[in-house]
Amino acid sequence: MNQPDFLDVVSFAPGGWGGALLAGAWMTILIAISGFLIGSIIGTFGAWAKVSGGRTIRAIADGYTTVLRGIPDLLVIYLFYFGGSAAVTAIGRFFGSEGFIGFPGFLAGALAVGITSGAQQTEVFRGAFKAVHRGEIEAAVACGMSRAVRFRRIIAPLTLRHALPGMGNVWQVVLKESALVSITGVAELLRQAQVGAGSTGMPFNFYVVAGAIYLMISTFSGALLQWSERYFSRGVRRN
Amino acid sequence: MDWTFTFETFISLVAAIPLTLQLAAASILLGAFLALGLALFRLSGVRILDWFARFYVFVFRGTPLLVQIFLIYYGLSQFPAVRHTILWPILREPYWCAVIALTLNTAAYASEIIRGGLLSVPHGQIEAARACGMPRLMVFRRIVLPLAIRQALPGYGNEMISMVKATSLASIITLMEVTGVAAKIISETYRAIEVFIVAGVIYLTINFLLTRLVHVVEYMLSPHLRAPRLQTPVQGESK
Repeated sequence: MNQPDFLDVVSFAPGGWGGALLAGAWMTILIAISGFLIGSIIGTFGAWAKVSGGRTIRAIADGYTTVLRGIPDLLVIYLFYFGGSAAVTAIGRFFGSEGFIGFPGFLAGALAVGITSGAQQTEVFRGAFKAVHRGEIEAAVACGMSRAVRFRRIIAPLTLRHALPGMGNVWQVVLKESALVSITGVAELLRQAQVGAGSTGMPFNFYVVAGAIYLMISTFSGALLQWSERYFSRGVRRN
Repeated sequence: MDWTFTFETFISLVAAIPLTLQLAAASILLGAFLALGLALFRLSGVRILDWFARFYVFVFRGTPLLVQIFLIYYGLSQFPAVRHTILWPILREPYWCAVIALTLNTAAYASEIIRGGLLSVPHGQIEAARACGMPRLMVFRRIVLPLAIRQALPGYGNEMISMVKATSLASIITLMEVTGVAAKIISETYRAIEVFIVAGVIYLTINFLLTRLVHVVEYMLSPHLRAPRLQTPVQGESK
């Protein structure tokens, strides 16, 4: 290579892209966390709908998970990005503004990632709830706990314990899915790498570094999840 | 909903289905061979091969598919050496780059599924085959592999569905498969919802048919798990 050295490209020195990539990594984490949280909220309601909803509610929840697990995530991101822009522009026109208003890419991305991961979270939470022993709930009823107390003290903690491994998987999927949000122009990790690759003409270096950063984030968060799994299962007898 | 527009969209998206199916079929097929190789590496007991396969799976499962696609399509062309090899006519084409990236990616996930299948083969079966005097290769071909495939099939079905969804990323490197055409129509017309519904229906149909197909193959491969056909008119078809 007659161009600058490999490490120069990603250094933090002036002219290096280290800072930009790091900022991108931070944005990636933010998108992933927001998407994951939105997905968890949807997943909670989805699981509730599937476990104790009436026939209509259950059918809606079933339809939601089937559809969202059967279509590409990229399509959902397009829907939110372009659909959101169209909706916002229509609202703007109603209030008398002229021309096109863009939908914020971050919001579109986080919503899209949240809604796709929500379908997976629904299944995770439903399975986890099913794994809670009936006896525990019966015992709570026998102790005279009200529905709310029962949910807060017994069902929620036990469900979360069973759900942790599945939630860890969903988190890893969400993290990788956040790379798709780069198509909306949000300055996350892959987008920054693209910009860097474009302006230096060294795409290989940038994508390798971006890949390495993704690998670091997923490894680190994976270790964290494993630790929390162990921590929250400390009351479980093993054998 | 504007039915003429929806219908026109449907016609243009249907024309793009063959490319989606081609990408999915090519990468699933090639990926299956690579995955089998990786799974055998993991189980070979040779430390270098084992570690290579572990590292491969770690890298390809820990980074987003889009990064892998960019690395192969944009990244490799950075090196003049690559541009002068006989591989360049292949690596220049977005189609082949997409197939290569999807193949390498699915191989990582599928190798773990196949490894699970291989490990699930009961030891007694292998012992029986050895006792019949079969050489190692024949044991693998006649006993281990068929049983492993049967075991791995449900997991492999899920992986196939995620591959069909993953082909949508090929649209980002200019391939006009279903999502590519959908994105083009959306960005020209800003009618995200209609296009999304049409594209979604197409993907859901493909994935539904794929699920059915996997079920049929699963049924065909498990005569030993079905109740024997009874002479009496009682139905013995269900498991």
